[in-house]
Amino acid sequence: MKKERWWLCAVPLYVFTLVFVLGPVLYMVAVSFAQNEAGTGFRWAFTLDNFAKMRDPVYIRCFRESFRLALATTALNVLIGYPFGYCMGRLSEKGKRIVMFLVMVPFWTSSLIRLYGWIILLQAKGTLNKLLLALGLIDEPLKILYSYPAVLIGMVYALLPFMILAVYTSVEKMDWTLVEAARDLGASRARAFLTVTLRLTLPGLMSGVILTFVPSMGLFFIADILGGNKIVLVGSLIQDQMTRGGNQPFAAALALMLAAMTTLMLWLYRRLTGTSELEGMF
Amino acid sequence: MKKRTLTPSTLYLALVLLINYLPIVVVVLFSFNDAKLPVAWKGFSLRWYQELARDAALMEALRNSLVLALASSLAAAVIGTLGAIGTMHLRLRAKGVMDYLATLPIMLPEIILGMVFMAYFALLRLPFGMLTLIIAHTSFCIPYVFLMVRARLVGMDKSIEEAARDLGASPVRTFFDITLPLILPAILSGCILSFAMSFDDVVISIFVNGPTLSTLPIKVYTQLRTGVTPEINALCTIILIAVILFRLASAALRRMGGAGSHR
Repeated sequence: MKKERWWLCAVPLYVFTLVFVLGPVLYMVAVSFAQNEAGTGFRWAFTLDNFAKMRDPVYIRCFRESFRLALATTALNVLIGYPFGYCMGRLSEKGKRIVMFLVMVPFWTSSLIRLYGWIILLQAKGTLNKLLLALGLIDEPLKILYSYPAVLIGMVYALLPFMILAVYTSVEKMDWTLVEAARDLGASRARAFLTVTLRLTLPGLMSGVILTFVPSMGLFFIADILGGNKIVLVGSLIQDQMTRGGNQPFAAALALMLAAMTTLMLWLYRRLTGTSELEGMF
Repeated sequence: MKKRTLTPSTLYLALVLLINYLPIVVVVLFSFNDAKLPVAWKGFSLRWYQELARDAALMEALRNSLVLALASSLAAAVIGTLGAIGTMHLRLRAKGVMDYLATLPIMLPEIILGMVFMAYFALLRLPFGMLTLIIAHTSFCIPYVFLMVRARLVGMDKSIEEAARDLGASPVRTFFDITLPLILPAILSGCILSFAMSFDDVVISIFVNGPTLSTLPIKVYTQLRTGVTPEINALCTIILIAVILFRLASAALRRMGGAGSHR
């Protein structure tokens, strides 16, 4: 068997990875330690200034805001997505297929368009306000659009499918006889859920948390569009420094910080669950 | 698990799905509205669909997006599939690190990938445009194909391949007759997912598209910040219908294909 030659197939992948993944990442790390020169770009002189600059309260607030929004997004996704994935996992085979299809269709339509849908719904003269006014629940239109709640709605909405799929995969695989056994042995419904179901579906829940938390740190365009420039996240800050501000080293340092935070989350995830693949995706 | 149709659990599923579809429904609805602003219903009209057909810039953005998504998902399918097969046969100390690096593009927040590519392409003096877009998109499409195909290969019954070999089939013949058909569903789902991700991407594209080239999401993004014309609603309605038909067709095909895939 010419088994030795099969490894050659890995060559394109590894070459591509070295040139277009490792290369750019190393370059960014190097740039983050370079000296910024206004107007001309940067000079290759080792400095920690770019990281020191982040201690400015303006930037610290920006990181805190991003982190807070990501946490709130993730928490709401757990509260909405976990019950959904759980209920979905208990449907009949046909029901599962239908619900899965219905979950996936929005996921397959442009995320920007769905954001646009929220603008139509939430704007001052929008559908929601008209409905509430007609029902007599409010006297004047609510100003939801271009505010923190609007951004939160957009973020939760964009990332919910990830949470649902991750939890559902876990619930689907679960051995329900274990829950029955716990009930037979006298555990209350709540107790059986907490000690058996929750524990068995924890890997799915955890990967849902990662799959929503990691992107939410970088989804700056939702805050841009629904927040109306009022909420500046790390993502928008990086984009600004990179394109308009022209301070590449600082943008690189910010990105490195963001990457470090993300990697830390992924590492924690692996330590806590003992798995490396993200459940529900592959 | 038999269930009655109207339980609190099904009500909850229905409610969440309803809210999920609300934004899409209003976009579709206002694409048939005979007014420029999506605030009040002024009567049914197809004028935005007619305007759409005449809007050359929007049509070009659509074409760019299709070319980009097709090129990067195909490149990812080839590199990712070969990579999954190759790494299965590879004994290398750095393999763990390399495999981690290969999947890094979907583990990093998009914004980082975008800015990193922008700086790196400038360093390499690559002209920003379709080429840089395809490279950037291929990099985040590869992990989807790679991980899906590898999961399939790991879960595959090795005895079938061995039986073919024992019966005298050459390694190449074994690959094309046995292995490839078995991993084809995984390649296809990886490819379709890649296509969708590429077609929808705005964050990475904004950094590497260059001054003149525009994709559909970039076009929509700029309009969302300045003012949307209902042509966008019309275009989205068309895309939505295409997506639903495509999903239904692929589901039907899979059911006809029957055995093999269980994804």
